[in-house]
Amino acid sequence: MNDQVTTPEQISVQLPVQEAQQIHEHIVEIVSDSGEGAQKCGQTFAGIGGKMGNGIWTVEIIPAEIQPPARTPAGGSGNRIRVGSKIMTNMGNEADLVVGFNEQVLYARIANGAYKDGTIVLLENKWANDPQEKIRDEYAFAVDEFKKNGLIVHELPMEEECLKIVKNARKGKNMFVLGMLCRIYNRKPQLGLNEIHNTFKHKGEKVVKPNQDLFNSGYNFAKNNLEYFFDIPPYEGAQEELDKVIVTNGNTAVGLGVMASGMEMISMYPITPATSASHYVAEVFDGVGGFIHQAEDEIAAIGFAIGASYAGKTACTITSGPGMALKTEMIGLAVMGEIPLVIVDVQRGGPSTGLPTKVEQSDLLAALYGEPGDAPKIVIAAATIPECFEFVIMARKLAEEFRTPVILLTDANLATGVQPWLRPDIKEEWFSPPIDQSPWDKRIPAYDWDENTGLSQRPIPGQPDGMYVLTGLSHTERSKVSYNSETNQITSQHRSRKIAALQSTLKTPVIHGVDSQEDGGDLLVVAWGSTIGAIEEAIDNLKDKGHKIASLHLRFLSPLEPGLKEIFNRYKKVMTIEINYSDEPDAPMITEENRRYAQLANVLRAQFVIDIDCWSVVYGHPLQPGLVTDELSKRLDAMNA
Amino acid sequence: MFGIKADWSLEVLERYFTLDDYGAGGDVRWCSGCGDFAILNTVHRVLRDAQVPPEKSVAVSGIGCSSRMPHYMGTYGLHGLHGRALPLANGIKSRRPDLDVWVATGDGDCFSIGAGPWLHTLHLNMDMVILVFDNGIYGLTKKQTSPTTAQGTKTNTHPNGAILPPLNPLTITLGISNISFVAQVVDWNPPLLYETIKVAHQHRGTSFVRVLQRCPVFSEEFTKPLQDNPDRFVLLEHEDGVAIDDNVKRLFHKVIEHDPKDWLGAMKYARDQVNIPLGILFKDPDAIVYEDHSSVGVGMTNEEKAAGLNAAFDKFSI
Repeated sequence: MNDQVTTPEQISVQLPVQEAQQIHEHIVEIVSDSGEGAQKCGQTFAGIGGKMGNGIWTVEIIPAEIQPPARTPAGGSGNRIRVGSKIMTNMGNEADLVVGFNEQVLYARIANGAYKDGTIVLLENKWANDPQEKIRDEYAFAVDEFKKNGLIVHELPMEEECLKIVKNARKGKNMFVLGMLCRIYNRKPQLGLNEIHNTFKHKGEKVVKPNQDLFNSGYNFAKNNLEYFFDIPPYEGAQEELDKVIVTNGNTAVGLGVMASGMEMISMYPITPATSASHYVAEVFDGVGGFIHQAEDEIAAIGFAIGASYAGKTACTITSGPGMALKTEMIGLAVMGEIPLVIVDVQRGGPSTGLPTKVEQSDLLAALYGEPGDAPKIVIAAATIPECFEFVIMARKLAEEFRTPVILLTDANLATGVQPWLRPDIKEEWFSPPIDQSPWDKRIPAYDWDENTGLSQRPIPGQPDGMYVLTGLSHTERSKVSYNSETNQITSQHRSRKIAALQSTLKTPVIHGVDSQEDGGDLLVVAWGSTIGAIEEAIDNLKDKGHKIASLHLRFLSPLEPGLKEIFNRYKKVMTIEINYSDEPDAPMITEENRRYAQLANVLRAQFVIDIDCWSVVYGHPLQPGLVTDELSKRLDAMNA
Repeated sequence: MFGIKADWSLEVLERYFTLDDYGAGGDVRWCSGCGDFAILNTVHRVLRDAQVPPEKSVAVSGIGCSSRMPHYMGTYGLHGLHGRALPLANGIKSRRPDLDVWVATGDGDCFSIGAGPWLHTLHLNMDMVILVFDNGIYGLTKKQTSPTTAQGTKTNTHPNGAILPPLNPLTITLGISNISFVAQVVDWNPPLLYETIKVAHQHRGTSFVRVLQRCPVFSEEFTKPLQDNPDRFVLLEHEDGVAIDDNVKRLFHKVIEHDPKDWLGAMKYARDQVNIPLGILFKDPDAIVYEDHSSVGVGMTNEEKAAGLNAAFDKFSI
């Protein structure tokens, strides 16, 4: 499209051709102060990797504040990109190469264990000559400390190089860095230039040109000054998939799922980390005839959705933990009145306001049992970004088929993780059929519960002769208020029976890490949600070392998928790995009688009366495969000892 | 009922609805002497006279004595949660502008626990009628102070008398931008009640009607002095307001001409605690009606949706 642009290869001085070093994956981080564009740089670098056929997983590094103070550890903003020659399912372990716009933002990453002995750090060096003595000292101290800790630090005049092209390096340094990275990882420079063109074309050539010049400058700078030159080949089959692949984060996938599900309404209230799903849909919802309602609060948001659902237009509300807490009474109404409804909970750290931008899996028990009174409902959890899309479609269908709210759990890791995935072929059956307005058979009550399954069809307002009053009070099959004790017993049973009816339609889940699904072993790890990539990678590592270990990832939490007890019995030990809090068994004060287990472990122990152990942490970041491998190795060693 | 065809012959429409079609048939279980009966009967009459098909009408409520109303309607109904009738009603209307929506709520349900939805629903201005059954007391939970309980009234939560002066729902309502209809009426004057609710129903937008309502069990003092002394009221009259016949005028001696477009005048009457206004205080037919926006795209075909979804996917291709 812009073939007149000169690529850096054409303008660079002729150097002896350097051979790129083949590697199978790298983890790259770009970290700056908020507003310096590290995120844009990271996203673009990841997109280029995707176009070159690499597997990609991207994680945002986000400060909790909009404009945190400059040069502070808490203010770091940017991206982690795991790029490799296989499909990536998680953020990986420590980074291999880091670009820091200042030294302070790297401290928080170091504290998070993001770097290792040998991590390459490309650091902006302008701080060494800063007019303020304090900054000069901080910089010198940090560089010294980084080196002592095993980081390989290269102090680079990025600012100085940028100032040769633009007056304000703050705007544009990210493109210089993008150029550097494209050279270091042997990316086609034309892809970077095209991305820049696409990003800035609406601002005109006067913006495109300097950004492309900065890119070229960064590319040449790296070529002429850095020894690093890597090549990450595409994964097998990537080239054939390229034109079928889309790249999104999990929240966008949820948004696309809503659009594909036939739901025409998202009723929401702003809450981190859920809101970006609604932001995305707000831009494009009119394309499928939908509407986003921003309500005055979380309760009104779900109330509005319930109203739309009651009137025949099954709706969706998207929130996070604190919002879920506020919605409980309405969820109870939807359960009691048997109103189809989809509730997406993008989990964050809790309790209370907790860690708004960080990942946790602490809402499971609240989703299952959060409402006062017995409120059985369907609870499912997406494990991958494509599942964020698919499960919304499934949730709408389940909600209508089983006449119940469905809670879909995702989390901040899925919400902000970016991955290429296969673009689905649109099926018309995804969309909801037009609402039924034909006359209702008067003889059929509004809740014509099937004795065995608890299932019933619902009349939709507008259907002649279907008139009934939906109520949150205990009610008869004709929806008449009833304080009769027998009615309450039997209707509770019907609502509960629907969950069992759904389970009877589900398949036994597939075990990961076994040659045959009938196999048993020493240790079975059971998990749910976004941890799948890290856990399965760890299982593969341990299996390669000869351990009899496997994992099982649950998508359905209410009802549980069938066949679990039989599977659990084939393993010497069963444990869950989760991102929520649990007591360490050997911690002070902790005994068998008071130990609090991780949430899924709680559910499974109660359901199967098996001594299921757990390991769970709440550091606020996604699980790393290395951490999981280490923890499981310890357990396996103890078992084998 | 009857329509006259172009050839001047009479056409009998297939369906004609009687009052019975709008009732639920069973017992209405409010206390003897409760003002709610009058409101319920009036709603039935307004629906009958408008010949709204019962299946097209939805009565929505929260929790409280007033909120039992949907159970006494032959229409569809949604008896929701305390304070949350309005978000439910808005949601119903959002993608189903064809439905005729009524909300029954009370002074506790609307002005106290439902205060947030109250303000924001009026702001949204979706086409529905909100009837606030205001008896100045919590009835169903047995005589607690409500936001409109008069100062000094002895209640079970304030045995020495309510501490604060009551909220004024009319001035609060009038203070909300995009408001389109505010009326006040009493339950014990059937012609005025009928006319007010009829005009509210005909208005396109959220019609907020505060009905001063008798509760002979818990708050007789809230309405008794008013029933005994019609001179406490001023009747607001205008060709764009309610039609007030001479019988009504004979009862209420103070009748004032008030154009419902006059917001400042409405605020003046709303603030008046000595001469309590009855009739239409404010009406703005030009306010934004939210479902005109929220229902865009209803009825889009699957082909169109597939095209929209494909276009959305295209943006993420690499």
